[in-house]
Amino acid sequence: MGLPLPRRREVPGVLASFEHIDAACDAIRALRKEGRRNLTVYTSHPSHEVEAAVGHTWSPIRLFTLIGGLTGCTAGFAMTLWMSRDWPLVVGGKSVNTVVPYVAIAFELTVLIAGLLTFFGMALLTFPRAVNKVGFDPRFTDDRIGVFVPAQAGEADRLSAFFRDAGAVEVRNA
Amino acid sequence: MATVAYGPNLTRTHAEITSDVVATLSAPSRGYLAALFGAVGLFLIGLITFIILLKDGLGHAGYNPPIMWSVYITNFVFWVGIGHAGTLISAILYLFRSPWRTAVYRATEAMTVFAVMTAGLFPIIHIGRQWVFYWLLPYPNARYIWPNFKSPLMWDVFAVGTYLTVSTCFLVFGLIPDVAAVRDRATGWRRALYAQVAMGWTGSDNQWRHFSRAYLYLAALLTPLVLSVHSVVSWDFAMSLVPAWHGTIFAPYFVGGAIYSGLGMVMTLLIPLRKVLKVEHLINDYHFDNLAKLTLLTGCIMFYSYSMEYFIAWYSGNTFEQTTFFRRAFGPYWWAGWTMIICNALMSQLLWFKKIRTNLTSLFVISIFINIGMWFERYVIIVSSLSNEFIPWAWDGLNPTWADWGILLGSFGWFFMYFLLFARTFPIVAIQEIKEMIPMPRLRSGGGHH
Repeated sequence: MGLPLPRRREVPGVLASFEHIDAACDAIRALRKEGRRNLTVYTSHPSHEVEAAVGHTWSPIRLFTLIGGLTGCTAGFAMTLWMSRDWPLVVGGKSVNTVVPYVAIAFELTVLIAGLLTFFGMALLTFPRAVNKVGFDPRFTDDRIGVFVPAQAGEADRLSAFFRDAGAVEVRNA
Repeated sequence: MATVAYGPNLTRTHAEITSDVVATLSAPSRGYLAALFGAVGLFLIGLITFIILLKDGLGHAGYNPPIMWSVYITNFVFWVGIGHAGTLISAILYLFRSPWRTAVYRATEAMTVFAVMTAGLFPIIHIGRQWVFYWLLPYPNARYIWPNFKSPLMWDVFAVGTYLTVSTCFLVFGLIPDVAAVRDRATGWRRALYAQVAMGWTGSDNQWRHFSRAYLYLAALLTPLVLSVHSVVSWDFAMSLVPAWHGTIFAPYFVGGAIYSGLGMVMTLLIPLRKVLKVEHLINDYHFDNLAKLTLLTGCIMFYSYSMEYFIAWYSGNTFEQTTFFRRAFGPYWWAGWTMIICNALMSQLLWFKKIRTNLTSLFVISIFINIGMWFERYVIIVSSLSNEFIPWAWDGLNPTWADWGILLGSFGWFFMYFLLFARTFPIVAIQEIKEMIPMPRLRSGGGHH
């Protein structure tokens, strides 16, 4: 059953559904040993076990946070210092450019831009790819673990048999 | 064992967790509808009052020199403070990997966003000419005069604006996987709606990889942010030279008080809500016991801060400080001063007893006292200091009017209305985080390396 969202690309393959996490992870590791790197694994919640089996290392999202933070901090100091000099008004006997009070503004902008860019990075990295669904079952957001392997027609039977032996409760061509 | 970590009473499977939370979005009960109508009623009172103020001006409110910050600024500080407990539970306790936060954090994060939204109204109401509120923003105006960034009021604009934006991102972000779970169980127009909100979430390994990291970074950004926001609010006071405001204790004192007041509001909201939405088994004594312990900790911080304020006023030898604090306890506002001390510093001490911490009726009563006490704390700080500043012939009192109370009631209506609508539209208990606490079934015995 598909989601009511546009599908950009359909890739033929085999979709297996697991109830047991250890069986799913064993199957993933065996497939990766075969040299398959383009698996998609669906879970209802993040799992370190699945992450290790799939072999993920790091996420580039940190770069968005870092660049956002540095931009915000620079923008905060640049804006306050430039605006103070643009119309130099002495208020309360303080010198025109005083860095200490501007730390508050720079800090808030660091967090603001870093937070917004993290959110934007997340959207950029995951959501467009999600529309590009290849095989999905609504039970994957409930309690099942889904493993999708892109496969040509000739390979499908062998992969189906592999998944059944590995303990999948349901296998179908997607 | 995850069931032990989560609480002694939870023996649910993943599928049951999904169906329990999805059930909260079914037809509303009478209790819910009554609460919603009450909230909308209060909001309308506030709206009518605001329209009259807009038409006639701030003359209706109890502004009276020298007290030019009065009930509206009290409300502002009160509502900003409420939000802080939400971020403590959702972001700070996430970094500490505290297991009990999972069931309650969604409700508290929503509370944060709606409380800060409420707070944001008050500076705009307070300025009187609401249509020029954008003067607070740094934009090139006709005379090229920029905002004064040395003023704590400007820091406040940036702090509260950032807090609202990043908290909203955090709330929406955490909601996406849960909305996807609801989408896959919904039918008809609801399914189409949730599909749009879930933005195509499928729970693939790649999505979780980025989600987990991004969530961690947002939590790490929110942690110092929440401490900064109420520190900046406290500097609105502490940067002045007004007696009893000009103190270095103000930032930690305000942050502690903000979390304390927010925890009070969390309990006020959750104790009835868990019954109305029938999630008593998900939000149980275990969670309230932990919430109460945090309340006790922050209550002790309040006790210490109040004691220190009086001690330093005496120890400093500063006559103005001493007079202000003497008048707080025995002057014309003695009733407000003692309400604050009794509700905040003393009532919280009851939470040393486990029997009280696990009795929801007594917790609810204490939470109401906390709400009242923390509102009065801000009232006392503002009114008692401003009513007798340095020039004795300018001393005067404050008499709040119907316009002050109307806006206060309206703010409660505005807050509860959004919260109740949220609780019926989106999963108020975090589905995916609770599932993370419960081990997945295995073919072989023995744990994974989670």
